[in-house]
Amino acid sequence: MSGDQVNVVWLGSPTFPQAAHDALQDTQLRRNLKHATTTIRDKRLRAVAELDDWETLREAGSQIKDRVMRHLDEYLLQLEASVTAAGGVVHWAEDAREANRIVSELVRAKGATEVVKIKSMATQEIGLNEALEDDGIEATETDLAELIVQLNDDRPSHILVPAIHRNRSEIRDIFQREMGKHGIAAPDDLTDEPRVLAEAARVHLREKFLRAKVAISGANFACADTGTVGVVESEGNGRMCLTLPETLITVMGIEKVLPSFSDLEVFLQLLPRSSTAERMNPYTSLWTGVTPGDGPQEFHLVLLDNGRTKTLADTAGRSALHCIRCSACLNVCPVYERTGGRSYGSVYPGPIGAVLTPQLVGVGTSEHADSLPFASTLCGACYDACPVRIDIPEMLVHLRAKVVDAHRGGVPKPEALAMKGARVVFGSPRRLAWAERLGAIGGRVAGIGGGRWLPGPARKWTGARDVPVPARESFRAWWRKAGRR
Amino acid sequence: MSEAKGRILERVRSGLRDVPRDERAEDVEVTRAYVDSHAPGDPGAVVELFAERVADYRATVVRVAESGAPEEIARILTEHAVANLVVPPGFPDALVARYEGSRLSDEPPLTPAELDASDGVITLAAQGIAVTGTIVLDAGPGQGRRALSLVPDLHLCVVRAAQVAADVPIAIRSLVPTRPTTFISGPSATSDIELDRVEGVHGPRTLVVVLISE
Repeated sequence: MSGDQVNVVWLGSPTFPQAAHDALQDTQLRRNLKHATTTIRDKRLRAVAELDDWETLREAGSQIKDRVMRHLDEYLLQLEASVTAAGGVVHWAEDAREANRIVSELVRAKGATEVVKIKSMATQEIGLNEALEDDGIEATETDLAELIVQLNDDRPSHILVPAIHRNRSEIRDIFQREMGKHGIAAPDDLTDEPRVLAEAARVHLREKFLRAKVAISGANFACADTGTVGVVESEGNGRMCLTLPETLITVMGIEKVLPSFSDLEVFLQLLPRSSTAERMNPYTSLWTGVTPGDGPQEFHLVLLDNGRTKTLADTAGRSALHCIRCSACLNVCPVYERTGGRSYGSVYPGPIGAVLTPQLVGVGTSEHADSLPFASTLCGACYDACPVRIDIPEMLVHLRAKVVDAHRGGVPKPEALAMKGARVVFGSPRRLAWAERLGAIGGRVAGIGGGRWLPGPARKWTGARDVPVPARESFRAWWRKAGRR
Repeated sequence: MSEAKGRILERVRSGLRDVPRDERAEDVEVTRAYVDSHAPGDPGAVVELFAERVADYRATVVRVAESGAPEEIARILTEHAVANLVVPPGFPDALVARYEGSRLSDEPPLTPAELDASDGVITLAAQGIAVTGTIVLDAGPGQGRRALSLVPDLHLCVVRAAQVAADVPIAIRSLVPTRPTTFISGPSATSDIELDRVEGVHGPRTLVVVLISE
């Protein structure tokens, strides 16, 4: 895979600073987001508080992931052997294009022109739906939120609740306008009552479930020792996909492997409570290869690299691969809460997206990716919430340094010039005293106009930040006066 | 070996150059200091907790003695107007002896359309999990294949008190990994619309757990 090839689907938004700037103006979005994040946040704290050994569970989860990453080659080979022995077929894909080609060929080999899909981050990452469409295959998202996003030709904004930015009346409009174009139309008397909307989705999708010959899923876990693959979900759309069609194709990032089946005892406690803040998600499906007479009789597991080995190679960034996609870090992030998931541009939003996306894509290869490590206040809430203890703030700082290093040379940015200037000023007490006196005068001038922005190139900086008005006198001047008293 | 596989493994190995060559996977410490169960130690209290937590998920829990079970099951099915009930192979006849509607056998397997046309299913369970209010099905006798407990709109699940495991770790340890396994915690639900919980999107909208005590 060549380094400059874009392997992660960008959602068509501008870079984070611009996208965030626009998102902040959208009061409806901010209201939806605030409601959602505060609700999940409170609920999660209660769910976590029920387990008095939460910290030891987190520690175990983190250690298991560490073990997997340090010996990933062995575990992948073991997984392949177990899945094959259980009657499954394992495929390896280096990048998005290869994974999409493998899936598309498998679908076409079955003579299918439509597939049902379970919400999966990996297939979003590689743009599978679009690739299938190019090959004449219609992929239907069956998770309610994903369906809302897909019908509206929209972009997801949250890992767990992708349509969190839409409220009920917007969803009703989308269903009324779009469902009929893709299958059973929404009823004429559709209201914006969540129950009624869910019922319309049930009717619309059930027809597809009963007809589908091929389903595509992601995986939450795959156990190396047994070859067991697991998917957690709430609605039952996952179970529909995993059990009714004749063929099941699962696309899984190579980092999702666990050493053993027994490790599920840790992750099935950590994931639901961190994610939906429930003691357990309504449905968890575990399957090992194929079972005669029960479920799909053909099972394909596509192991996806797509930048993960690049992430693995950076010892300071490696643990981003520990992520179990619970989305707890999104819900506690003050930046996410105000800007929303789509501002991050990638299918992985929020704090984890800010460290994972640049690594998958490669630091220094895209303006989009390079803006993401700066989309944070470094407050540390994400680290506290992470069920596998990924130190996201530290990784953000590490990646910021890498971004800066990648852009060394060339014309210095205004920021770099300002820093150089600061070095000159702070270098001598006399120069500092002069600067403070100038600042005080400037402060008095600015105070008259009540201005909180700076002119010239610095205006960009103050577009997103308030400038503190400089003190009317310097600390040293005040100290001299106060000391005389 | 496919070319992709060779190259991915090569990249994994070169990416892990910092890992000492003689380090084995087991050398990476995993401290399992977490507890096996967050439930009270007393078995009676575990069953109580199971009933409470299943109900917490807006499933219905009906507790009954073995002798009263057939009567109670018939009552529940009638109450929910189940007219044609899917009964998986190996389900004890005695438990549905009092049910008067028509029974659908899954031998030979029902088509998805036939399943969709039924209005309820009754199954046994492999076990229950008290702390999480979960029932576990592993396609063993009386449970049927996975689609049976999914497509009909009502799922009545019979769990015996002795089958209730206290918590997730204990339950996981007694599972057979090669069996297709489904954990069910409450009825199908979504919170995708303004985080308002709605029961019943694609799976059964009604889950009734009949808990038989000794």
